[in-house]
Amino acid sequence: MDLFEYQGKELLRKFEVPVPEGRVASTPEEAAEAARFLGEKVVVKAQVQVGGRGKQGGVKVVSSPEEAQKAAADIFGITFTDQEGRGAQKAKRVLVERAGELTHEYYCSFLLDRTTRRYLAILSSEGGMDIEKVNEEHPELIAKVQIDPLLGFSDFHARELVFGGNIDVEARKETIAILPKLYRAFVELDASQIEINPLVMTGDGKVMALDAKVILDDSAAYRHPFFDELRSAHDIPEQEKKAKSLGLNLIKLDGDVGIIGNGAGLVMSTLDVVTDAGGSPANFLDVGGGANAEILSNSLQLIMENPEVKSVLINIFGGITRCDLVAEGIIDALARLDVKVPIVVRLDGTNAEQGRKMLADAPHPMLETAETMLGAAKTAVDLAHGKKG
Amino acid sequence: MAVIVTEETKLLVQGLTGSEGSFHAGRNKDYGTKLVAGVTPGKGGTDHNGTPVFDTVAQAIEETGANTSMVMVPARFAADAILESFDAGLDTIIAITEHVPAMDMAKVVNYLRHGARDVTLIGPNCPGVISPGKANVGIIPGELASPGPVGLVSRSGTLVYQIVHELTQLGIGQTTCVGIGGDPVPGSDFIDILKRFEADPDTELVVLVGEIGGDAEERAAAWAKENLTKPLVGYFAGRVAPPGKRMGHAGAIVSGSKGTWQAKADAFKSNGFEVAKNPTEVAEIVKRLRS
Repeated sequence: MDLFEYQGKELLRKFEVPVPEGRVASTPEEAAEAARFLGEKVVVKAQVQVGGRGKQGGVKVVSSPEEAQKAAADIFGITFTDQEGRGAQKAKRVLVERAGELTHEYYCSFLLDRTTRRYLAILSSEGGMDIEKVNEEHPELIAKVQIDPLLGFSDFHARELVFGGNIDVEARKETIAILPKLYRAFVELDASQIEINPLVMTGDGKVMALDAKVILDDSAAYRHPFFDELRSAHDIPEQEKKAKSLGLNLIKLDGDVGIIGNGAGLVMSTLDVVTDAGGSPANFLDVGGGANAEILSNSLQLIMENPEVKSVLINIFGGITRCDLVAEGIIDALARLDVKVPIVVRLDGTNAEQGRKMLADAPHPMLETAETMLGAAKTAVDLAHGKKG
Repeated sequence: MAVIVTEETKLLVQGLTGSEGSFHAGRNKDYGTKLVAGVTPGKGGTDHNGTPVFDTVAQAIEETGANTSMVMVPARFAADAILESFDAGLDTIIAITEHVPAMDMAKVVNYLRHGARDVTLIGPNCPGVISPGKANVGIIPGELASPGPVGLVSRSGTLVYQIVHELTQLGIGQTTCVGIGGDPVPGSDFIDILKRFEADPDTELVVLVGEIGGDAEERAAAWAKENLTKPLVGYFAGRVAPPGKRMGHAGAIVSGSKGTWQAKADAFKSNGFEVAKNPTEVAEIVKRLRS
């Protein structure tokens, strides 16, 4: 789970990592109120999960409550996207923070490194920009240390980071004090990443986290009951919420071919072959292992609730999942629902013969079967484009 | 020959008496795998469908000579179960359990690394390992696979089924199929398994099935270029998946330019390895390379 900046900062504050004083506002009026409370000069920051929000007008420095109100109103009107213009989203909240003078901007992060299977800490004097770019152009200004999860963060790690990362002399002592706090937050929160970009030194010589990008490990939610509360602040498409309540893993996409499959890899592969066949997937839906008739029937209903869907492709390779139960679910859904779009089914693996026979014995004008994954994809795409299968 | 699981495998199942453990261990046994023990704390001394159950892994090894463990316990107990098997002296541990916290695995993997023994941990969040005709440990449907010359390693479970099925359709069998799992901190990565296939005289060709996210495929290609003397065919799922979205596997998330399909395909092609567009093409390429 990717947290909003304000959520990440609230958590960091609990670990005594210095962050600017601030308040969250959901309306322009609340932003004005926050500015009045915080004092003259404040920064109003859009709470969105895209890179480069500043370039899109999502961060404004203002000098009065009236200006803060106007800045917030402007920000609430912006549609933010990622660098490729995708993932359109609006800010539901702004973070209003006391603005101060900055003398230096650094970069700091703690993350789980898949390559070494250890933790990795990174510190650099070049903050406030894309760290990948710094890494390419000035690798000598970046310090990286590997941390053994069993040994934890030692003082020498902090020294290596601060000296190797070329941190200014006047900021070294405070930075060395902040690093173990960030490490503790990283470990105790079960984070997969904490990125502070920038970590700043202010005009009065303090070091603090001006931004925070925190990603938490969903698998650890059982030992952190507050994860659910953090999640409730996120805007999740209605269809995805419904899927989650049914125990399904659904991600909404922009196309018109509904996809149902079992196992993340096979479903991703199905999206690929549908795209290769000239189609555009409407969703990713993984029914998981051991899907039964009810799960299949619910999945089909959920997919067809999306008005964009012109055809549905069900691609099942039974392992734990039994194809006879999949067929039962499809037949149930066809009987129960007013099915307006064609459904293409491909079954293989455990009890596939039986499942295929069940479908053959229950013909329905909207039901098509296919022998292979590629054949099924082509038929589903043709049907979405209005061609006969 | 085969790797990781063979005729020599004497299997112990941690969580044998649970519903999943019971079902899949039963299927593994029916396949011909030597299932010798179950471990469920508090149920020691009982019998589960003909298999003796012990309270601890150490007791089970002492009584039965088990040499391999399959972990089927719930996620919050999985790290502990793996450590118990390691400390009891097992050298092959296959963890099927999904949703194990990544930091638990980071600790486990590093603990195993610090040990003086060479231990093989597969998973978690994986479908297991099958050596067709010899042994099956995990949830891969045994009837799909057939003995032959191809070694297969995959992050995805259902893609193992799909690609084994495609190979079988073209009459091509496998030495061993290994599902390493889709988690960010796997016990074994592609390179660990490629090393095993390189050392196995019966494996003549290797298929690597990856996914978007991370750089494990890129590193595998670089390693294989220097060290693998056998042909390698790659397939990566998720070419059209949107960036930043987690698609089921924790590993399958793309951020920035790293971990994209293109980066993986380029890494394979530039090192002289073929890349298939879809699972069907994997089998076609393998057939062509073998003719």
